[in-house]
Amino acid sequence: MEVPILKQGKFLIATIQAALSDADLENLRRGLVQQVVRFRSLGVIVDVTSMDVMDSFASRTLREIAHMIRLRGAETVIVGIQPEVALAMVQLGLTLEDVATALDLEEGLDYLNTKFKTLD
Amino acid sequence: MSAGEIRVAISSDQDIVGARQRGRSLAAELGFSAADATLIATAISELARNIVSYARRGEIKLQRVQNSVRHGIMVIAWDDGPGIPDVRQALRDGFSTSGSLGLGLPGVRRLMDEFEITSQPGRGTTVTVKKWRS
Repeated sequence: MEVPILKQGKFLIATIQAALSDADLENLRRGLVQQVVRFRSLGVIVDVTSMDVMDSFASRTLREIAHMIRLRGAETVIVGIQPEVALAMVQLGLTLEDVATALDLEEGLDYLNTKFKTLD
Repeated sequence: MSAGEIRVAISSDQDIVGARQRGRSLAAELGFSAADATLIATAISELARNIVSYARRGEIKLQRVQNSVRHGIMVIAWDDGPGIPDVRQALRDGFSTSGSLGLGLPGVRRLMDEFEITSQPGRGTTVTVKKWRS
């Protein structure tokens, strides 16, 4: 299941739409990093609203995506973590550490817009 | 109501997804809340991942359980892989819960109500977890 990556101005939006295997997550990581380079994007939003399970591999991969993109000088926001998924993550002892999160796509875009406005 | 048990062979990352989806639907069928079904599915995902990472292949068995007062779901993760040399260490928090090496057994223990593990070096590992309907 491939995750579509949408370009919106200086930002990229990846919307996860179905359960992802490890290989799918790795493809997403590769795809996002490539696109950030290609489009010189400033920010990336990964929308995980449809993800019903966030296990250790998924959260590690999201963390890696954010860190790799930060090394490119861009910022990643994970949006839409469902309440029950958040509960499971906490019980499992998973954190996204210093990765930015937001309630939904709109809030995620607000976050990036604010962040890059202050740079002007 | 499915009376019997569901067995899911585990040998690839696709099977991990399959196992947790089967677990989620059984949990829903047994009347677990969406939140509990997510905890159960997450635990199954971790257990199946351990099988793939450490033993390459094994099996996840899902079934309804009942005692005198309540019912719930039982998940048995079985493999005949290399086994865990030090189970007590593997159950200690901080022992590769980051996901870098898988395992994450203390986390699975927290997600579920009951947790049991037997492992023999060279013979394999069986993890049995249960969650009761509240």
